[in-house]
Amino acid sequence: MEIVKAVTCPVCGSLCDDIEVVMENGKIVDVRNACAAGAAKFLNYNCEHRILKPLIRKNGEFVEVSLDEAIRKAAEILANASYPILYGWSSTSCEAVRVGLELAEEIGGVIDNTSTVCHGPSILSIQDVGIPSCTLGQIRHRADLVVYWGSNPWSAHPRHIERYTAFSEGRFQKSTWRRYLAKIRALIAKKKLERAFKRIFFKREISVPPHLRYEPPPFLERKERKLIVIDVRRTKSAEIADYFIKVEPGKDYELLQALRMLIRDQEIETDKVAGVPVEYLEEVADVMVNCDFGILFFGVGLTMSGAKMRNIDAAICLTRDLNMRTKFVIMPMRGHFNVTGANVVSTWQTGYPFAVDFSLGYPRYNPGETSVVDILLRGESDASLIIASDPASSFPKKAVEHLAKTPLIVIDPHMNVTAQIADVVIPSAFVGIEAEGTAYRMDHVPLPLKKIVEPPEGILPDEEIVRRILVEVRRLKGIGGS
Amino acid sequence: MSLKPKLKVTLLTGRTIEQGVGKEHGKSSKEYLESVSICYIDPEDMKKLGIKNGTNVLVSTDYGSVVVKAVKSKRFPHAGEIFIPYGPWANVVVNPETDGIGMPSFKGVPATIEPAPEQRILSLAELLKEQYGKG
Ligand code: SF4
Repeated sequence: MEIVKAVTCPVCGSLCDDIEVVMENGKIVDVRNACAAGAAKFLNYNCEHRILKPLIRKNGEFVEVSLDEAIRKAAEILANASYPILYGWSSTSCEAVRVGLELAEEIGGVIDNTSTVCHGPSILSIQDVGIPSCTLGQIRHRADLVVYWGSNPWSAHPRHIERYTAFSEGRFQKSTWRRYLAKIRALIAKKKLERAFKRIFFKREISVPPHLRYEPPPFLERKERKLIVIDVRRTKSAEIADYFIKVEPGKDYELLQALRMLIRDQEIETDKVAGVPVEYLEEVADVMVNCDFGILFFGVGLTMSGAKMRNIDAAICLTRDLNMRTKFVIMPMRGHFNVTGANVVSTWQTGYPFAVDFSLGYPRYNPGETSVVDILLRGESDASLIIASDPASSFPKKAVEHLAKTPLIVIDPHMNVTAQIADVVIPSAFVGIEAEGTAYRMDHVPLPLKKIVEPPEGILPDEEIVRRILVEVRRLKGIGGS
Repeated sequence: MSLKPKLKVTLLTGRTIEQGVGKEHGKSSKEYLESVSICYIDPEDMKKLGIKNGTNVLVSTDYGSVVVKAVKSKRFPHAGEIFIPYGPWANVVVNPETDGIGMPSFKGVPATIEPAPEQRILSLAELLKEQYGKG
């Protein structure tokens, strides 16, 4: 038995780098410290859905081909296209993204990463108003107020709370884990009592259990680390919070602006904003102003609904307002493990973080026009290469329709939904398990991804596959040798 | 003939831990498919629709309609709001409009929901064939 320590988990943007992988005879048999999603990746990456041979669709059916043939076919498709799109990149290494950018420039295509349907609006807004932020380490040690807005870390970034915020043991801030346990115990006891009460007196269901109604939150007065969750749904994260605010769907913008007003000591002349009584907002505003170091994490709940990027404008402005009274920072909860890296590398190389169009021979950036979903909705692209991503399961139907209509190349370790409608499928190694690389955590800290096991025979990492396609494209166009 | 109950609701889509785990099992796995072809509904709304946990329901928006399995939400109350995890089923009904910034509206789409016990949930391959003619 051999244990590989300090492995970085290649699943979500928390990029936990304390994973221990237990090996036996060159195989992974156990994983320590990871959450359910992380462990599932290490233990199941080599499942039956793995693609082991390159595939090309001939007469409507997939046929196994050699890697060389698949690469040649992919290069032909891309070299002959006049407006191809290269999309994905957030679940692969920075090194692969770098080669991808080179390929995009060579073929005059559009290169876009998954932030376009995730935190794209956040980036637009950050470009407009800037962002006061910091690293997760600082938050762990210093933040005494943690706010998650439109984000459900318990499900999407399962160890975020434990490693970086409320349940982490910081140098200057204690974990609130015990307080949460006490609260859960009280809640269970209360529920039991209620059930007994119901059985005896009512024999019918009470529609809203009293513990789910808004109640003045006594715990907000404590001088300890506090956790506030603001969301449209009562998520698991909301349940562990000291205070949960349920905002009406699409009304985050109103709520953010209302908080800004309260923080600037302005009067609000209604009883409720976005379905939330103003008195509760006043309390939350108080807690925000009175904290020593607050952090607002926002998720795609803010970027995907209602005012989209304007929500983020408002959230950043709220943080700016708060900084006139105390110290407050803000950070997007990035989803895929290296979506931040995809943005960073793209920015180094082209000046722009996503949706970069090379069709005129130089990089152009105009989300709404050069973003992949819009190109697909307008039906403009004539070929696509999808790498380390699954747009057929994450884009709206109308966009996928055009993707399926034009020649489609997929590079992925798994037979994902997009691969099933592809014309060329090239299997790749799992970066972070079977290949090395670099990834950026959500707070822009770069971390190394390890190679723990050998990939199946004949399967290359993304970087290598894209490079080979690039070489073949250049050969077809009669430029340079290798 | 009795009139079928139909509810006007707001559709939210998002991530769930089951979907996150299912995804790592592979996108063709049973775990994944079962984790994304469902719809969380408030118990009150289920009563109004006259359906039980596990009944198939038809969710329709201006952009399409899809059959998914009703699951009683553990995180009620949220009457008037339904939740489908991200995935090929949710994509059939979300709003593709990006408002000029590249980002479709995945959350807060007006929808209707009605019981459809006689209709079955398509398998992934069937869904792809039906929607995109490939797969
Ligand atoms: S929280 Fe994210 S990075 Fe950490 S173990 Fe879980 S999936 Fe991996």
